[in-house]
Amino acid sequence: MTPRSQPPLIVKILSEQASSLLPKWTALLKQNGILATGRIKETELATQCRTVLDLLATAIAAAGLDVAAAPYQPLRDLLADISRSRAIQGFSPSETASFVFSLKPPLFEAIDAAKGSDDATALRAVQDVTRLIDALGLHTMEVFQKSREEVIVRQQREIAELSTPVVKLWEGVLALPLIGTLDSQRTQIVMENLLESIVAERAEIAIIDITGVPTVDTLTAQHLLKTVSAARLMGADCIISGIRPQIAQTMVHLGVELNVVSKATLADAFAVALRRVGRTVAPLKTVHRQQPVG
Amino acid sequence: MDRIPILKLGSALLVTIQVDMHDRLATALQEDLTEKIVATHAKGVLIDISALEIVDSFIGRMLDHIAAISRMLDAETVVVGMRPAVAITLVELGLSLTGVKTALDVERGMEMIRRRLDEPEVADGDDAGA
Repeated sequence: MTPRSQPPLIVKILSEQASSLLPKWTALLKQNGILATGRIKETELATQCRTVLDLLATAIAAAGLDVAAAPYQPLRDLLADISRSRAIQGFSPSETASFVFSLKPPLFEAIDAAKGSDDATALRAVQDVTRLIDALGLHTMEVFQKSREEVIVRQQREIAELSTPVVKLWEGVLALPLIGTLDSQRTQIVMENLLESIVAERAEIAIIDITGVPTVDTLTAQHLLKTVSAARLMGADCIISGIRPQIAQTMVHLGVELNVVSKATLADAFAVALRRVGRTVAPLKTVHRQQPVG
Repeated sequence: MDRIPILKLGSALLVTIQVDMHDRLATALQEDLTEKIVATHAKGVLIDISALEIVDSFIGRMLDHIAAISRMLDAETVVVGMRPAVAITLVELGLSLTGVKTALDVERGMEMIRRRLDEPEVADGDDAGA
């Protein structure tokens, strides 16, 4: 930006006519249907618009058109807040972007009215507006995108935690029902969860149930074996259960060998585990009354 | 040079590693233990690594070697108290210590050795040796 003796037209317009820009801007936003979705109230929108314009006027008076300058910080923070809340409220990216970009037409109108016959000044003003609003719009979108990504990452973490519970079946017997595809990252979480639980429950046997694992390829099998080896190093034996017929066929065709005790169902594995800890399940001879079976 | 104490408990030897293992210490332990097994006719070796936070491939291999050596001398090695993070590291390093028996803690490990000896109770009088 070349230094000028006179402040650019746009600076003058923004600092002097901010109040007259506001109704035009809100009208345009309404016309675009921002209120139709019902996610934001009219008064809230008006407050947001007024604050943005106020901060913009202050910033532009202090720092000109350099959006990266310090006086723009409050405005950038406000736009970040607005955009973050829009991301959470479920606004679409274009709805969020048009909040900032719809400030352009009112500004162009104001330039048109203020330029007089000086076309060169008007052209420069239009360029300035475009550059300024684009920079602010891009900032808004960046924050919007980042907040959406944060939401996705959080959900992924929650899914990972939800889908790897370690269940205590009996004193010293743990079960790990796996659901979903086993990739390296999940295996890591599964392994950590299982090993922590082995220590906490002083478990001797862990049953890894893969009924809910849709496919088992060589990599998945390797991950399973790693988990089994790590549990063994902690002094606990593992039993793999819930291998479905198709998966058993695939594994044999692939040449994958699980050198661990494996059972078809969780029930079979549990029976083995109970025998290993010196227990057995026997039918009651005579039932006098309903009594809880420990 | 520091040495790791080896305690005799009945017919088993107990090694509790409580300091960070560096390579020379590990080699020294391996030598001491071999001699001690022969000298005491021990039938079991219990290595407690619950205080070890870092295990590298050298220490992992050393555990494997100790197990192999003691098996040759008719003693069973049980590694006890491995931390989850250590177990994960060893598996990632490709060392699953297939020749080593493992147990959750010293108590369980002692049980394993006792079961092997088929002894009802290890004698109470334990004497420390260095």
